[in-house]
Amino acid sequence: MKIAIASGKGGTGKTTVSSSLVSVWESPVIAMDLDVEEPNLHLFLKPTITGKRTANMEIPKVDDTLCSKCGKCGELCQFKAISLMGEILMIFPEMCHGCGGCIAICPEGALTTEFRELGEVTWGQSGDAEFLMGRLRVGEAMSPPLMRTVKEKLKEMLDASSKDVIIDAPPGVSCPAMNAVMDSDVILLVTEPTPFGFYDMKLAHEAFLPMGKPMGVVVNRAGLGNADVYDYCAEKKLEIMAEIPYDRQIAETYAKGSIISESSDEMKQIFISLAEKIKQKTGSKKSQGGMP
Amino acid sequence: MDKIAVTCEEASLDAQVDSRFGRAAGFLIVDPDTMEFEYINNGSTQGMAQGAGIQAAENIAKSGAKILLTGNVGPKAFQGLDAAGIQIGQNLAAMTVRQAIEKFKAGDVDFASSHNKTGHWK
Repeated sequence: MKIAIASGKGGTGKTTVSSSLVSVWESPVIAMDLDVEEPNLHLFLKPTITGKRTANMEIPKVDDTLCSKCGKCGELCQFKAISLMGEILMIFPEMCHGCGGCIAICPEGALTTEFRELGEVTWGQSGDAEFLMGRLRVGEAMSPPLMRTVKEKLKEMLDASSKDVIIDAPPGVSCPAMNAVMDSDVILLVTEPTPFGFYDMKLAHEAFLPMGKPMGVVVNRAGLGNADVYDYCAEKKLEIMAEIPYDRQIAETYAKGSIISESSDEMKQIFISLAEKIKQKTGSKKSQGGMP
Repeated sequence: MDKIAVTCEEASLDAQVDSRFGRAAGFLIVDPDTMEFEYINNGSTQGMAQGAGIQAAENIAKSGAKILLTGNVGPKAFQGLDAAGIQIGQNLAAMTVRQAIEKFKAGDVDFASSHNKTGHWK
């Protein structure tokens, strides 16, 4: 089972919920940080890193002696990463999405590949949980290609033995967020009951709905704001699967880099109950071993 | 005399110079001797997620113009225009196309040696 922790608005508590869920999860689990622009799950799980690899993307390189300046590559490219400028074929490596279309369409075979570094994939162990994350190179703008590389590593880890996966997703509702949740079996939307939290949760709900996955809501900082989130969830039949109170002690725990489900019995119970509800929601069919 | 491309908000010599280069509404390709012009619609770049400047530079290169008069040019557009051998007069937004061309003909336009806007990706 793969559980994606998403939000819409940033800073609602995705990593707080992810790290706490990993902490209480009973069956073998991989904690995966797919918020590759600013991964922070490792700050809480404090994994021992056992391996890393550089993620690269294939981009075109032109052999000017073969190029006939026909411009077909530039007409195909929707991102203007390759463009015939008068008599000069220009390549803008940072604009390239790595689709390979220009190389495939070139009638002269003048385009070959070189690489652009996207970032790094890192993995290791945090207690009983395996840990996996991607970190985008500073200056790199495109995270989905790096996320694909992180997922390739995840596949290797899952091929070795079956495990559940808890995905700390990036905020927003654009390509990176969609990419992080699209392979999951269930999506948790972490929100806060403020106008901003509500607005972005609605966007995320609408964006993820066409994927037809079970969704639930975790209300963080409950007690703050107003009832809009609750009214919306009731109307849309979105289950509120957990509420985390608005509490200074929690903020202090978080600020120290500690996991809030480990800070008190009350917090631990909130996340044990959340884990149970997630399993009920998905039927828990794919979980292996150790389940009651 | 070489043809001059001017970013414009509408297809008229009396239209305002569009301050944007990459996402300009269109270009007038003007023969400065006769003031006859051709209009190139550039509106499609306004919906592009990225690469509008590069696409616009490509459009200018194809038009055959050797001089561009406009407001602001970003780094990649500048690189593209430069590669295509097009000379660029910048910061000409607060006037009409006709006025920009008159200013150029009077020798009052200096060609730029670098872009005057930062890219979205930096």
